[in-house]
Amino acid sequence: MPPTDTLSLPAADTAMANPVAGIDQSSGNFSYPQNYEFDAGTGLSENTVRYISEVKKEAPWILEFRLNALKKFLAMPMPTHWATKDLENINFDKIRYYLSQGQKPKRTWDEVPDDIKKTFERLGIPEQERKFLSGVEAQFDSEAAYSNIKDLVAKQGVIFANSTEALREHPEIFRKFFGKVIPTGDNKFSALNSAVFSGGSFIYVPKGVKVAQPLQAYFRINAENFGQFERTLIIADEGSEVVYMEGCTAPKFSTSTLHSAVVELVALKGAKIQYITVQNWANNVFNLVTKRGVAHEEAEIKWIDCNIGSRLTMKYPGVVLKGRKARGEVLSIALANDGQHQDTGAKMIHAADETTSNIVAKSISVGQGRSTYRGIVHIPRHLKGCRNNTECDALLINTNSRTDTYPAITVRGDRNATQHEASVSKVNEEMIFYMQSRGLTEGQAMSLAVNGFINDLARQFPMEYSVELKRLIDLEMEGSVG
Amino acid sequence: MSCLEIQNLHISIGDKPIVKGFTLTIASGEVHAVMGPNGTGKSTLAKAIAGHPDYTITSGDVLLDGRSVLAMEADERARAGLFLAFQYPSDIPGVSIANFLRAAVQARLGEGEDLDATAYYKRLYAKMDLLKIDRKFTSRSVNDGFSGGEKKRCEILQMAMLEPRFALMDETDSGLDIDALRIVADGVNAQRGGANSPGILLITHYQRLLDHIVPDHVHVMWDSRIVKSGDKSLALELEAKGYDWVKKEFAAA
Repeated sequence: MPPTDTLSLPAADTAMANPVAGIDQSSGNFSYPQNYEFDAGTGLSENTVRYISEVKKEAPWILEFRLNALKKFLAMPMPTHWATKDLENINFDKIRYYLSQGQKPKRTWDEVPDDIKKTFERLGIPEQERKFLSGVEAQFDSEAAYSNIKDLVAKQGVIFANSTEALREHPEIFRKFFGKVIPTGDNKFSALNSAVFSGGSFIYVPKGVKVAQPLQAYFRINAENFGQFERTLIIADEGSEVVYMEGCTAPKFSTSTLHSAVVELVALKGAKIQYITVQNWANNVFNLVTKRGVAHEEAEIKWIDCNIGSRLTMKYPGVVLKGRKARGEVLSIALANDGQHQDTGAKMIHAADETTSNIVAKSISVGQGRSTYRGIVHIPRHLKGCRNNTECDALLINTNSRTDTYPAITVRGDRNATQHEASVSKVNEEMIFYMQSRGLTEGQAMSLAVNGFINDLARQFPMEYSVELKRLIDLEMEGSVG
Repeated sequence: MSCLEIQNLHISIGDKPIVKGFTLTIASGEVHAVMGPNGTGKSTLAKAIAGHPDYTITSGDVLLDGRSVLAMEADERARAGLFLAFQYPSDIPGVSIANFLRAAVQARLGEGEDLDATAYYKRLYAKMDLLKIDRKFTSRSVNDGFSGGEKKRCEILQMAMLEPRFALMDETDSGLDIDALRIVADGVNAQRGGANSPGILLITHYQRLLDHIVPDHVHVMWDSRIVKSGDKSLALELEAKGYDWVKKEFAAA
């Protein structure tokens, strides 16, 4: 079935060439051996792309889309003129672009494999929530491990599927919006994703439907050198509302891993989309993600984005405010620990009258960790009644940390308004001593200071996510003391 | 019955000696006032006993029920039963008093032991009623934007909740007007007299605090050590004669 010999490694050989079992799990991270049914091998070529498309039994237009994207990816330079040179350290030849367990999405908790359950256990998800999680779509490597909430929302006419499935079953909707918000050649990594994408969610919410419960997906990278390239497309039809949440955790590996997702949101007239991410990548992951939404008339798109971990994250969720009175919001929290660089921000492109946008970005730099805020707010001259508010706050924990802010705010014309505030503060020794003198350990004191710093943002998160975020911060701060 | 013994304590900041031989024993339930002019090392003493990393104890010892605390980190000392009421408490933006205290109470529980949230709030509200503190107070961020009086009340509330065996109160009266002073003093007095009444080391340079928190013992500190001890009348004498009297009497010694 695989098109070439070089790509038809049987599972056993793959395991030998890439001994998942030999990974050091002693550092508090975790991974379980998985037998991959389909494997595209390492490196990227036209054959890799053809292999992925064939395994997924895709229509010819998709293969064409992928091959075109591959050409763009190969032709585009790395964006190192403005971004960190660390990008040059990605070795594209050593990355595994497609793996699949070859299992169908699971419907019930009982059908979920034990080792996957074990992972949820390690993630510290309480018993009640594990039951709740049977309504969660969890992506294990390239394919969804299971999903059943989709049956529930299907009663409202909502389509909630993984993108592979949706391409097969709903090509008419998919094709109309796919790659329109973020064109293939938007940047080198969106081109890469367009060539090799696999997994991710597709959601269509019909007119006027308000989805009561948040739709969820957990993503996780679980094979050495394996890049994850999920592709998510959410379309909220007129007057509809949907909340989507993704949580990312990844086991730690000794070689670099690439995660490069593309997420496109379309909020048609009067629709509301909220997209929430709490991610915790292992500190060898390059996390290079393109996220953008288009908000039509009176529509609202809100990104809530928490970035913890990774070696380098570059992510600037954006909203194109295309219709009159559209609203866009980005609330972002980034935590950069030793050896990590969080290069995050937001883009607000105002393209209609009376559009409003709000950006609140908080970054925490610990040890040698580095945080960068990069933002674009664009309000052209011919528009009127547009408003933007941008707030960037940075917290530094110890003197070696670094933080930079690059806000690019272009407001033309005299009928628009913007305000920008930035602050930098430090967790000082006196504050830590004060808390220690109440019996908190240094680590607990740091966690509390950091949680306090992000508290006003974290409060806007759904309960279980703010709890998880707090737990992740506690874990990060535990290791940063000494 | 607990006992805090400060034995011939010498304290330096960097190479500079600040406290040179301070000795004092406090039993639970007792209030010892330490008075003295600025710069005699009173605050240094309190912070060093609490375990501030900037202060080095060069000799002497601090024993809590016979056990030296000097090898302990500040947080271990706190959990062992020491409490420092700060002259200038730090603010912790975004952390409510209720959550801060909850974390502090949780830190005192054993491994795997979980805080009973209902019982905790019940106790918190009882203490607040005792100290006449409005319920809304605990939802505010710790010391963030507080007036001088509010900061000190926050310290007293923490002390009431953590029930230390010994409290070191550093210039608790500084920055308070007379009404705030009375409220804070009432808060301290409310914690005295019971079975778990803490021993208190009260650092101040004004007699007026001692009108409200009546001490069992008064010690005058001069040139980095205690030069005179007595009962509460010593504070009045000091107030009448001024610190110049101490200077004259002890400068030569």
